[in-house]
Amino acid sequence: MHIPDGFIDAPVSLAAAAVAVGGVAVCLRGARRTLDERTAPLAGLVAVFVFAAQMINFPVGAGTSGHLIGAALAVILVGPYAGILAVSVVLAVQALLFADGGLLALGLNVVNLALIAGGVGWLVFRGWTRFVGSGRGSALAAAWSAGFLSVLGAVGGFLVEFALGGVAPVSLSAVIAAMFSVHVVIGAIEGVITALIVGAVMSTRPDLVAGLRAPRRAAHPQRAAA
Amino acid sequence: MKAGTSRAVALVLIVGMLASVVLAGFVSFYASTDPDGLESVAQSQGFGETAQDSAASDSALADYGVEGVSDERLSLGLAGVVGVGVTALVGFGLFLLLTAGRASTPPTPRTEPTEPTDPSRPGDPSSHG
Repeated sequence: MHIPDGFIDAPVSLAAAAVAVGGVAVCLRGARRTLDERTAPLAGLVAVFVFAAQMINFPVGAGTSGHLIGAALAVILVGPYAGILAVSVVLAVQALLFADGGLLALGLNVVNLALIAGGVGWLVFRGWTRFVGSGRGSALAAAWSAGFLSVLGAVGGFLVEFALGGVAPVSLSAVIAAMFSVHVVIGAIEGVITALIVGAVMSTRPDLVAGLRAPRRAAHPQRAAA
Repeated sequence: MKAGTSRAVALVLIVGMLASVVLAGFVSFYASTDPDGLESVAQSQGFGETAQDSAASDSALADYGVEGVSDERLSLGLAGVVGVGVTALVGFGLFLLLTAGRASTPPTPRTEPTEPTDPSRPGDPSSHG
């Protein structure tokens, strides 16, 4: 769902870039606070894996494909700050090196695919595992829902941007309907991949799933006090 | 904790990196080449033509191909592996820099045990320290 240059006008793209810079700055600060020498390499690995996984487009019918966004997966595995940063790194590499997603549109893509998708994914996973249950089945359902809703959240972000700054004079309601109907399928698959990978990590190293750890402040009392 | 945990993390890193190289370098050839969700909607809803070439579109790796490599499988696979390498450099670099900066700031004594982050979570054989 990488937005190319040209779809959204410059003012909205630049506004999104400002939001993206602010969000990334918050995440840099948060990641510095929450990562340690054990989790930092995992965050790097998540970036690499998301890059690779995004190259694998799967068919969703009607001559259309989709690919993993990976933001929900990233935040579940390494936490919201590092997860959002990891996806942002991927988006920057894709835009700069592979011309995948526009350059002016990079801010839009970071907002939708990293900040919104990652934020939604984290809230859904944490909310679900806290209030519904954190056993294996529940965590997998939470991971699926986080993946699914992260995609719909990213679609929502795009639609707001398109409504505000879409260049083409087309029917917004038709675009809304078309975007959601395609991405419900893509989101369902995002959820499946997210749950599969989170499940695999849970069965080998559950302690490496940031989304299942106790809140960090409790884990590092000295740092919280400082 | 240190030895066991770092070995486990190293294993995860090796498996994850290998999987990424295989996905980007090999499996990517079999990926669908149909337009993705947004592209397809843009075409069907009539705003696809407003897309413009990115300023990066004359990059030697634009559109996941290596300029000058005519074999499609090789071109895509190489681009994927280079992408994995660049993402690894930037990603690992960023996160290691972040923690390197952090590790020196908080006055957390090294002797302080860091492992009992969650005593209710079993499965770490080295958690006794």
